[in-house]
Amino acid sequence: MKEKLLPTLIALTIAAVIGDILILSFGQSPGAVYRLLLEGTWGNAYGFGQVLYKATTLAFTGLAVSLGLRAGLFNIGAEGQLAFGGFSAAVVGLWLPSGTPALLAVPLCIAGAALGGALVGSVPASLKARFGASEVIVTIMLNFIVLAFLNWIVATKLHVAELLHTPDIHAGAVPRLASVIPGFHGSAANFIVLLAIAAALFVGWYLFRTREGYELRAVGLQPAAAEYGGVRVGIIWFRALVLSGALAGLGGTNYVLGYKQYYEEGFAAGAGYLGIAVALVGRNHPLGVLFAALLFATLSQGGLAVNAVVPKQMVEVLTAVVIIAVAASVPEVQRLLRVSRKPA
Amino acid sequence: MSGPAAQAPPPAIRAQNIRKAFGPVVANARASLDVTLGTIHAVVGENGAGKSTLMRMLAGIFPPDAGQVEVRGRDVTGWSTRDAIAAGVGMVHQHFMLVPTLTVAENLILGQELTRGIRLDRKAAEQTVESLGAKTGLVVEPTRLVADLSVGEAQRVEILKVLYRGAHILILDEPTAVLSPPEVQDFWRVLRKLKSDGGTVVLITHKLDEVMEISDTVTVMRAGETVGRVSTRDASPASIAKMMVGRDVVLAADRVALGAPGAVAVPPTSDLRPQTSSATALQVRDLVVASSRRDREVDGVSFDVHAGEILGIAGVEGNGQAELIEAIAGLRAASSGSIALGRIQLTSHTVRERADRGLSHIPEDRHRRGLILEYTIADNLILGQQYEFSKRGVLDRRNIDANASTQIKGYDIRPPNATLPARALSGGNQQKIVIAREMARPFSVLLAAQPTRGVDVGAIEFIHAELLRAREAGKAVLLVSADLVEVLALADRVAVMYGGRIVLIVPRAEASAEGLGPYMTGATKGDAA
Repeated sequence: MKEKLLPTLIALTIAAVIGDILILSFGQSPGAVYRLLLEGTWGNAYGFGQVLYKATTLAFTGLAVSLGLRAGLFNIGAEGQLAFGGFSAAVVGLWLPSGTPALLAVPLCIAGAALGGALVGSVPASLKARFGASEVIVTIMLNFIVLAFLNWIVATKLHVAELLHTPDIHAGAVPRLASVIPGFHGSAANFIVLLAIAAALFVGWYLFRTREGYELRAVGLQPAAAEYGGVRVGIIWFRALVLSGALAGLGGTNYVLGYKQYYEEGFAAGAGYLGIAVALVGRNHPLGVLFAALLFATLSQGGLAVNAVVPKQMVEVLTAVVIIAVAASVPEVQRLLRVSRKPA
Repeated sequence: MSGPAAQAPPPAIRAQNIRKAFGPVVANARASLDVTLGTIHAVVGENGAGKSTLMRMLAGIFPPDAGQVEVRGRDVTGWSTRDAIAAGVGMVHQHFMLVPTLTVAENLILGQELTRGIRLDRKAAEQTVESLGAKTGLVVEPTRLVADLSVGEAQRVEILKVLYRGAHILILDEPTAVLSPPEVQDFWRVLRKLKSDGGTVVLITHKLDEVMEISDTVTVMRAGETVGRVSTRDASPASIAKMMVGRDVVLAADRVALGAPGAVAVPPTSDLRPQTSSATALQVRDLVVASSRRDREVDGVSFDVHAGEILGIAGVEGNGQAELIEAIAGLRAASSGSIALGRIQLTSHTVRERADRGLSHIPEDRHRRGLILEYTIADNLILGQQYEFSKRGVLDRRNIDANASTQIKGYDIRPPNATLPARALSGGNQQKIVIAREMARPFSVLLAAQPTRGVDVGAIEFIHAELLRAREAGKAVLLVSADLVEVLALADRVAVMYGGRIVLIVPRAEASAEGLGPYMTGATKGDAA
């Protein structure tokens, strides 16, 4: 475990050093900017609430991507699955009569989100399992199709006049954390964060404790050996991509049920793609994914906090540096680097 | 080399007090090696004795933790592979390091491409392959893709690659493990030629008859340490085997492994006589199997294997044996023909359905199929039996761990730590995981493909004993081996495969290495197709 963490920590340190240089180039003191960043995020309840909120969506998409990677599949479709999951949750919430008890409505909306994501995921899943079609290409293409479809249906059938979002859902709203801890007042953090933690625990249990997880990881590591071990590789591919889609779809509940109580065009805003970075930085481990989601959420929220002294794009650059540095510490990339290394 | 005339030239390689650990696993401790220029030097030892690790340090793949390496009197401790190649030290690995999507010629020149301007000079590369091949006897068609080569051919390319780089100190990690007897004889000719041209060869091997036949000097390693260095003239197979394992060894086929080369023609001893049971456990009829290369890689094969019998299929690799085994195991679709397991006709049965009906399978390539290298020993010991080791879809950890500790003890898998990844183990210990697992499940038919490839005498002894034990227990064993000696030592009936067909099936008593040789090379065509 220690050996697995060390490269990531070194990568993060390198990212921090490059961040220092960037900050210095703006004529600011790195210490002061980092302090500002931390104060604006972990330093007060509102900032921390925003970090939690952003991390929640990223945790779902990160888990989705990492589950695919464990099976040797690169699901780039989390963006579309996330959007469609959110939309499905909103449709269920609109379909339910107002006054449906939360105990019934919330699980139904959540199930709707999971099913919506799974439905989108089932397209690359069946094409991969049946024909061996590259899931990378199918999921990228499908993102455009799904987002365009949602755009069309919201714009023509389901929108509130003058706005690009659906009406408020009748049932299924999830309370904000502020309703229990007043300090979070104003932040979007809501109880879906618990669902994200539960999802991470589930993914960890599924991958490492179940027979299917054993088979799924085997397929990801050595498909030929898995096949020899009686694993039907196509079926595992199918399940992994569907489950990955469901996880990404669940991410939509954070915005739709927990924050706005409606589906809005473009709410995913790249969180699906950032899920790839979250999975990489989290080393495809559910706990790692939770930490990585917090890290990227902190950077994203921190960008707003330091905007007064340095451009907030600087934090976006820093995010990119983190991704590159950590990607370079992934074993496959390391092996490439080692070839040209000379002994001392 | 020029320079002040020394009384004796410095040794080609001298390694002293080498230590190397990988995490908790100590691969070498107090390992040493002294190779005289212009000799063939054998390095022998059990699996996990640290032979390959020591060789890799000599070739500059990784540095030792402690100790000193000298090449021709120069301290080169911790040098790089590039330095090693520049100094004429080249290594051929047990597991090939070729690019499958490139041709033979392209692989050969990889890293030092012959160019004309910025264009790759393919023609020159191909000519180089041909001329090197003609010079050394390592003939391979330069324009073929490496993916299409048999293992034996791929190895020829590996050796050519090292020679092409100008190596005159050649380190070979178990080179004969994948060769047929005629190929081995050719290979010895190549080595003797290299030696007479002033080259030095360090040869890792498990086969003591090879040590006796080809080497001038032997270094014996045990548990990471060098335990002895003797002149081959002064050694006997028995004395070397004893040094290797630290005890007397009794091989199931010991007259073969320890005896003189001619001894293989001796008929089997009484305990190897076929069992009386004659129930057909595996029946194959007119089987045709396609590969990516050929539509009829297996070209109409028929045979029976009876309960309590070992049917050995000999033949040079790449004659359809691998595809035959895969088709029986359900890993490759048959184009036509039938396979029956006892009374069950296997049609579209999955791998698991076949396993549940009594098929056990030791696959040819443990790194690709037999093991998940990143998985722990414990997890590898249940591969293919994950349903038996789970309850309602959840892995039964307690049962898995109990199984692991039993198997590790029973099969002496080293190091005895169930949580180590299979990758950390030596080839022989990896193979023990596969054997332990496949023997533990209930089965009536055992497919054993190259079961002793790349494992040492101690492990060969064990694996052979296991195969014979399965036979005694009334199982039907289909043994495929490129090692004719092994087939002759174990099989009740011997078949030869050539060009996708079974060209000969005879009772063991009627088979001899001399008699089978022509069939294996296609010189004599059988009618028993």
